[in-house]
Amino acid sequence: MDNKIIKTKMVPVPSRAIIPERDIDKEPILETQHLGIDFGGLTAVDNFNIIIGRTEIAGLIGPNGAGKTTVFNLLTKVYQPTRGTILLDGKDTHGMNTIQANRAGIARTFQNIRLFDALSVEDNVKIGLHNQVQYPMWSGILRLPSYWKKEKQAHEQALELLSIFDMQDLAGQKAGALPYGAQRRLEIVRALATNPSLLLLDEPAAGMNPSETAELMENIVKIRDTFAIAVMLIEHDMNLVMNICEGICVLNFGKIIAKGTPEEIQSNPAVIEAYLGSKKEG
Amino acid sequence: MKKSTILNQNSREKLFTYGMVIVAFIVIQILKTGGHISSSLNGQLVPICAYIVMAISLNLTVGVLGELSLGHAGFMSVGAFSSTVAAVSLQSSIPFAPARLAVSILVGAICAGIAGVLIGIPVLRLKGDYLAIVTLAFGEIIKNIITCLYVGVDSHGLHFSILTSSDALNLDEGGKIIINGPMGISGITKISTFAAGFILILITLVIVLNLIHSRAGRAIMALRDNRIAAEAMGISITKYKMMAFVTSAALAGAAGGLFAQNYSTIVPTKFDFNTSILILVFVVLGGLGNMKGSIIAAAVLTVLPELLRSFSDYRMLVYAIVLILVMLATNNEPVKNMLRRIIGLPHKKEGSTIDGQ
Repeated sequence: MDNKIIKTKMVPVPSRAIIPERDIDKEPILETQHLGIDFGGLTAVDNFNIIIGRTEIAGLIGPNGAGKTTVFNLLTKVYQPTRGTILLDGKDTHGMNTIQANRAGIARTFQNIRLFDALSVEDNVKIGLHNQVQYPMWSGILRLPSYWKKEKQAHEQALELLSIFDMQDLAGQKAGALPYGAQRRLEIVRALATNPSLLLLDEPAAGMNPSETAELMENIVKIRDTFAIAVMLIEHDMNLVMNICEGICVLNFGKIIAKGTPEEIQSNPAVIEAYLGSKKEG
Repeated sequence: MKKSTILNQNSREKLFTYGMVIVAFIVIQILKTGGHISSSLNGQLVPICAYIVMAISLNLTVGVLGELSLGHAGFMSVGAFSSTVAAVSLQSSIPFAPARLAVSILVGAICAGIAGVLIGIPVLRLKGDYLAIVTLAFGEIIKNIITCLYVGVDSHGLHFSILTSSDALNLDEGGKIIINGPMGISGITKISTFAAGFILILITLVIVLNLIHSRAGRAIMALRDNRIAAEAMGISITKYKMMAFVTSAALAGAAGGLFAQNYSTIVPTKFDFNTSILILVFVVLGGLGNMKGSIIAAAVLTVLPELLRSFSDYRMLVYAIVLILVMLATNNEPVKNMLRRIIGLPHKKEGSTIDGQ
């Protein structure tokens, strides 16, 4: 059965951004105001304003080098913004580092997969659970009761998270030895383990075949529904973006050139020009 | 089904390591009581134990944390001198030698741990080669500080003096100089025993192996494998780097305590750069992150120069050749596969990994 993803109506909020109708009464999970960063004289991202609803699946697209990953790095505080503010859940993230941003509820995957290659799949997820299942170092060394209790909890949670992608059977394998698609899925599971309220996916479908991509699309929606979190994804696969994203933001040369629903984006002349180039004058 | 196999694999590996150490201890004890061990080897038993503990502790920094440290002998030195000072000053209050040894080793471990914190603060801000070079420098600094350190004990307690001479200690009548600058400590009562060394190895193994297979250990290995991803997972880099480094330093201090109290004299120059490199060789030869390998490498390479005595002048040459051959046999895939064929083990294919970069 082809379960078509039911899209919600997108409604405008005071700042002219749009969020899904079901999220309208809740505070947006992410709001950026005039976000920008310069590298030396080069302005990589400028005047980036976006609002993402609590349970929205948002897309960030644009040609290569448009600054999409830079936006992710700004949101996760890998880079500190030169200008503007990031409000995560209404809280200003100014002065936070990557670790604090993660604890505040942003988790991400990487464009070039960054797994802990030498460790097992299960350990990779358990590292994601680092701040969720805690016990002190000496409890681990002395194998105190809290160690056994928390390790059991971590083990169960890890397998449960892996079961989202049916990966529980791979738990004992080395992460570095997994096939490419499975590595991408593991990164998503690991990010989910940190209990985020906003999940950033950097090209989740890169290198996947069409059937893997279709499965991934279902799973992203499933993740959003089960965990009731917002997902923001960078992706070049337009089929994926147009099918599951509710709001899309198009970036070119560090600036937003269009925002809207998939239908609006598809017919937007500025977007078409950015992707295909302008018509040559005859 | 699958999960139980992983747990078994981990615990089997651990049990094998413990078992190997225990069996080796029993066999050597039996040989010793039977008088089958040469006096030169007998004299080396405690240093071997100390070097094994050193190798395991350095493996925590190099293999598990993934940072190259070239100053590990510095921590051993801190442990050696502080624990000997403790042993000498406690001679009258704790007459029972094994208890005194245990207390003094603990003092050595704590002092080396403190040194680890102090050095870790500046050093762990660096990465890779820079970190290695700075640890080398700190190892030399520790050696030089102890070279001009004078410590004495009298009825008022301990007296310290640096960069002067033993006269500056102003000891009372009947006071005793413990650390005499470049001459180090002499007249140490030998209280280290092979059994004590064995127990220290077991304690070290328990600490290191349990640390690795716990939440903190996973965080440390996450830093090694991918620092950026570890940060994105909310793991505090400084905290876990420091944790591994200080644990490693404290264990090295304990090894130093054991080592020092096996000799009647100990000088600061014993713990120089060469010793650091020697221990690094144990770790690299045994395999990074492989504690079992570290133990075997430390034991074999400490005994080897003695066994090669018959080669007289060519002794170190043969030693070097053995080193190269072992490195080839353990780290070269074609050679490894050839050896596997000879022993009849299945041909193991290197797991093809996609480069994450």
